[in-house]
Amino acid sequence: MEIILKPWPWYVSGPLIAIIMFLLIFAGKKFGISSNMRTLCSIAGAGKFSTFFNYDWRSESWNLMVVLGAILGGFLAANYLVEPNFQVNLNPEVVNQLDSYGFSEAGKDFLPAELFSWKNLDPKNIVLLLAGGFLIGFGSRYAGGCTSGHGISGLSNFQLPSLVAVIGFFIGGLIMVHLVFPLIF
Amino acid sequence: MKYLFYVVIGFFFGVVMYKSEAASWFRIFEMFQFKAFHMYGIIGSAVVLGAIGIQAIKRFKLKAFDGTPINLPPKERRLYSYLFGGVLFGLGWGLAGACPGPMFVLVGAGFPSLLIVILGALLGTFIYGLLKNKLPH
Repeated sequence: MEIILKPWPWYVSGPLIAIIMFLLIFAGKKFGISSNMRTLCSIAGAGKFSTFFNYDWRSESWNLMVVLGAILGGFLAANYLVEPNFQVNLNPEVVNQLDSYGFSEAGKDFLPAELFSWKNLDPKNIVLLLAGGFLIGFGSRYAGGCTSGHGISGLSNFQLPSLVAVIGFFIGGLIMVHLVFPLIF
Repeated sequence: MKYLFYVVIGFFFGVVMYKSEAASWFRIFEMFQFKAFHMYGIIGSAVVLGAIGIQAIKRFKLKAFDGTPINLPPKERRLYSYLFGGVLFGLGWGLAGACPGPMFVLVGAGFPSLLIVILGALLGTFIYGLLKNKLPH
């Protein structure tokens, strides 16, 4: 039990993600989470505005079940599978750097309260979270996949387009963290 | 009943995302600072094992659970959409520190502010649908 309560190392977590992909492949599906956003838009009636959302979303409802399970898994893990003194063991250099951006005690909680606290939600954070989400939604559909669809499924299948997309993910992430963060935090 | 299988897979996925800390904003920041091997190890080991398995599926013509052939269609060959879309996605990933799976995992983990990120992602998806035919692919 103790080994489950401790953070899981990369060499356990990575192979488990590959197993999840294979379970979906052997079920005749594929591992890709971002397409659920399109399905949710389609269910909400977005097909009235763009033919992009005109498809039989019921054929994709299995993937919504994966998302439902992910929510439940997050609940269980956060509430029952962590030690009381849990913290994210970051590189101390990263902790210092985040401190200079105004994020104190980085890693003490799972997410920085300065950005994600629900109680102290200020207009700036709402704009940043909305903008981050917007870029993720727009970008993943434009690229035709996200970390799971391109990063894991596509690269595992030696898809050159997925490699281009993943290089794009890193260009974008590096620009955000190195060039934009100093301006907004 | 068949839905239960997918809920269980998702559940397992959610636990892995949380316990591996791949759903932590801090880990994503650390990854883009190249200050830890952790995230690279997760993605790298998943891809290496994934590639071995997919080669095995192709070589031995393995069948799905229901006996049908496994179809792994290649991605369409083009450049701009993968590159531009990828960069936009990466900007969002760096800022929100969560990709589409972890967004939902974190809602379950008790961070309601991720609902704002999900709302943004739905808006982004919708706007892409409106602009799709005007964008270079």
